[in-house]
Amino acid sequence: MSVPRPPAPSRSFRLLSHAGDLDDLAARPSAFQALDARAKVLVTLGFVAVAASFGRNAALAPLPLLAYLAAAFALGEVPLAAVAARVALLSPFALLVGVADLVLHRAPAGTLWGVTFSEGAVSFASLLIRFVLCACAVFLLAATTRFSEVVHAFRGLGMPRALATQLLLSHRYAFVLAEEAGRILRAHALRAPGTGAPALPVAGRLVVQLLLRSLARAERVHAAMSCRGFDGDLTIRPTPPARVRDLAFVVACGLFFAAVRAVDVPTALGRALSP
Amino acid sequence: MHMSDALISPGVGAAAWAAMAGGVGWASRRLTRGNDPRRVPLMGVMGAFVFAAQMVNFSIPGTGSSGHLGGGLLLAILLGPDAALLVMTSVLVVQALLFADGGLLALGCNVVNLGMMTSWLAYPLVFRPLAGDRPGPLRLGLASVAAALVGLQLGSLGVVLETTLSRQVSLPLPSFLGLMQSIHLAIGLVEGLATAAVVQALWKARPDLADATFEPARTSLLRAALVVAAAAALFAGGLSQLASQSPDGLEWALEHSIGTAEPQAPAHAAHALAASAQAATAKLPDYGGGSPLAGLLGAGVTLVFALLVGLGIRALRRRTPDGAPAP
Repeated sequence: MSVPRPPAPSRSFRLLSHAGDLDDLAARPSAFQALDARAKVLVTLGFVAVAASFGRNAALAPLPLLAYLAAAFALGEVPLAAVAARVALLSPFALLVGVADLVLHRAPAGTLWGVTFSEGAVSFASLLIRFVLCACAVFLLAATTRFSEVVHAFRGLGMPRALATQLLLSHRYAFVLAEEAGRILRAHALRAPGTGAPALPVAGRLVVQLLLRSLARAERVHAAMSCRGFDGDLTIRPTPPARVRDLAFVVACGLFFAAVRAVDVPTALGRALSP
Repeated sequence: MHMSDALISPGVGAAAWAAMAGGVGWASRRLTRGNDPRRVPLMGVMGAFVFAAQMVNFSIPGTGSSGHLGGGLLLAILLGPDAALLVMTSVLVVQALLFADGGLLALGCNVVNLGMMTSWLAYPLVFRPLAGDRPGPLRLGLASVAAALVGLQLGSLGVVLETTLSRQVSLPLPSFLGLMQSIHLAIGLVEGLATAAVVQALWKARPDLADATFEPARTSLLRAALVVAAAAALFAGGLSQLASQSPDGLEWALEHSIGTAEPQAPAHAAHALAASAQAATAKLPDYGGGSPLAGLLGAGVTLVFALLVGLGIRALRRRTPDGAPAP
């Protein structure tokens, strides 16, 4: 008798597992990890804004931004293979929209080595490149900065205290409740082998079990916090002042991003090198 | 429905961030004023619960695929609209930062589409009026499905508008709209049924939670008005740029029957009086040539007029001592 295979882990489960790995990576000391979290958050936001500002017809112009990612990955000692696996898991919505563009816009945009490229192909390539750049920049931030440091950085940049508290607690208990969900799913799989994803009524009862355990845990957490003098306000340590190297990092990256935005380096290089 | 940074222009992203900052700041202040220490760990754990609950996939009959609970409507039912918005925002921030699921620049758009539309519009304006106090299973199911449908339709409409205004892709608006709205109709139906199933089972296990869930709703007129005003400004100021230049149905019929879309008015005193009154009051004749300013002004005047009508009716109802409607 063959043993029925357990259902494949859901996309949410895989993302959550990878998130735990990213936090472990962020705890490792490195030159990039030592930078102030606010500086890294600002640079990441600037990177994403510049990458997103390229129009749909600028497929190659954002490519020089890869230089920042390459340098940062090297300084942060972040394995590229880990990032590639995570990018592959991301929502395909942007890619579906890009594919629709590819299909709907077939007017020729140009030829290269005898191959005619449509406007849709250029737009799709532009979307894909910007998507990968932005996703990699965010993964870099997560892999070199602990989540609590990122929240502290946003708090220093004006995030409301209630939201900062909410983020820290949610992050803290996400992995705990994910284990709880894993136990519930394993129990279901052992009792209903080979049935795949449960039907809605059954899944509803499983979710309710998880919810009841979550509510009970919330009550225990509140009791524990009250015993430690919690009065509704989570104590968040003050942010240390920025150092000269952090400011230099922000300024240097800002200038580089501005230069990439202002000058279409790949096109200029291509013209200079072509006969 | 998570939008990525590649679909958003910096301008649209910044505007959505501003809307997110304003909305989240307001919700945070209201929750802080409530000063209930139990709420803090409960909201934190509920945010973690949403992550964990999304791991539980259920099969969707007839499609061969599976789905999972989104959680926005469930949070609003269990925690109230302000707390739900804060929890959904934390979920989206964690998803953006740790999973890159939904971009950083697009975070504001995702909070507006997935958080505000459900917590501040669908829940108070659809779910609460339909569910009433302590609904039975059928009423709860209908209210959940209706609220989930409305919330997700508004959210997907937000996605379409933000993507179109950003001009990062050149999808035809009608096709994009048709595809997104129809897909999210199905998703909304499933989300509503799943939410109703969870809430119903929860109340059976914990009847005390049912009492806590249905505290009298404190619907904020100002909050609802601000959301509607922001939506009206987006439509009038932004979407008007995409308006069709083709004649409308009446103009088309007139052109094909009498050869002109604007027939001459007969020489009569009443017509002349009406025309002179219109010339005196029309500050933007022909909608100012279709400018966004005309759209915004028109939306603003309409909104003020509608508010005055609502406030007037409220004032009339309050005049009678026993609360009965005025004759």
